[in-house]
Amino acid sequence: MIRKSSGPIWERRRLLLEVHRVCAGYGDLQVLWEVSLHLQAGEIVAVIGANGAGKTTLLRTIAGLLRPTAGHIALAGTRLERLPPHRIVQGGVVRVPEGRKIFPRLTVLENLELGAYLPAAKRQRRQSLEWVFGLFPRLKERRRQLAGTLSGGEQQMLAIGRALMARPRLLMLDEPSLGLAPLLVQEIFAIIRDINRDGVTILLVEQHVFHALRLAHRGYVLENGRIVLEGKAEALLANEHVKTAYLGL
Amino acid sequence: MGTLLLQAILSGLLNGGVYALVSVGLTLIFGVLGIINFAHGALMMLGMYVSYWLFVLYGVDPYVSLIASALGLFGLGVLLERLLITPVLEAPEHNQLLLTLGVALVLENLALFLWSPDPRTLTVSYLDFAPMVGGVMLSPPRLIAFGVSVALTVLLYAFLHRTDVGKAIRAVSQEREGALAVGINIQRIYALAFGIGCACVGAAGTLVAPFYTIDPYVGGIFVITAFVVVVLGGMGSYFGALLAALLVGLAESVAAVFIPAAMKQIVIYVIFVLVLLLRPQGLFGPGRG
Repeated sequence: MIRKSSGPIWERRRLLLEVHRVCAGYGDLQVLWEVSLHLQAGEIVAVIGANGAGKTTLLRTIAGLLRPTAGHIALAGTRLERLPPHRIVQGGVVRVPEGRKIFPRLTVLENLELGAYLPAAKRQRRQSLEWVFGLFPRLKERRRQLAGTLSGGEQQMLAIGRALMARPRLLMLDEPSLGLAPLLVQEIFAIIRDINRDGVTILLVEQHVFHALRLAHRGYVLENGRIVLEGKAEALLANEHVKTAYLGL
Repeated sequence: MGTLLLQAILSGLLNGGVYALVSVGLTLIFGVLGIINFAHGALMMLGMYVSYWLFVLYGVDPYVSLIASALGLFGLGVLLERLLITPVLEAPEHNQLLLTLGVALVLENLALFLWSPDPRTLTVSYLDFAPMVGGVMLSPPRLIAFGVSVALTVLLYAFLHRTDVGKAIRAVSQEREGALAVGINIQRIYALAFGIGCACVGAAGTLVAPFYTIDPYVGGIFVITAFVVVVLGGMGSYFGALLAALLVGLAESVAAVFIPAAMKQIVIYVIFVLVLLLRPQGLFGPGRG
């Protein structure tokens, strides 16, 4: 078991997101059990776990689609857990949902423009577009095309680009590699690293454990709705439990 | 026979324009909220009465009270959505259906109670003439109803396709989860879409008031036609609804030349059944934004 210490004070000052002993679920079905995690500004943190471990539920709870039954969530000290989803986006926490959820009968450009729907993001629309087109040149080529006609990889790029248009402080990615060919997975992961270098903190939820931990600074292992392991990414990659349960080694 | 047919084609198209305005409201509400609004006809009836009473009591021209009935029904729609529709959005479909049907019953009976079942007519004196052109009679109120209806339908289309709020409405109808992810306030979009849908049908009510007999049940016939139009056009398709509305108007009117006029409603049901049998996704494919 790797357990984190509370860390030196200078590190805690840069705390961006704190999830503290959160319980959540759907109706009578409790999915998350006292989940705690945190992100420092500038980090890439991966949450790994099997299908049904509660990874998506965790992101949906942070995004305000589910209300925790216990615990709290704070972004740079501001409590999030009672805010409606659009206020959380406004606060700078933006999610790329599982399965992309792009708007299929709007054009690529319209999808991106809607990413900057809220007033603060709208004011920076032009610069944001340049940034996104710089990261994803293919989206620029296809900007007049209906989003539903894009390939799976391009749709994933669009979903990420749309989220970036909101100028997130924290970008939450839900299974960005889902259904993509291995080469594309590498491409997407490389771009996620670039986005992080541009100053965006990233919370990544992935089943592709090896890729995710290679990319991330730190990681958490979620099993049956509980955090069972946490630590530096390299340490998790070397961990026996992670190796046998997730890397098939 | 020739001029009779020509007359039928003309009045069919003119009716079709109004059907379009009624139908796009219905299709907007269905596309965004996933709710079939059975109160649509009752809301249209309210639009008619708004203009009727403003005319009778204050002498307001119906083409001026158009604004009042559209805005009034927009407000009523927003209120209905917030108070009654929101709580059942996650409920099973038949509950939603019962709710909108219930709203229709309440509104109709309220009208019955307040204004009696007596049929009323609103005559715009300066339009009370009917020029004949090439053996075809042109009715100015009908022409105006057609023109304004089509203009409003096109305006709504432009609003949905050209403005950020319009695109947000379409985004919600296409991918609710994605709309949440970009920070669109879904509750507000629901209320807005429902309000706009009601405003459309309220405006349609005012537009037909000068040449229709007004009574508490008058909306029913329009709304059944509108259901056929929405299904024919492809649920949730605005452009499809416009074309389908003109088609249905034409079919209904031309058929009345060949069969007894009292039976012309049958044509609508026949079209409805044929569409459901042969092309259930509608003429223009499944739900285009």
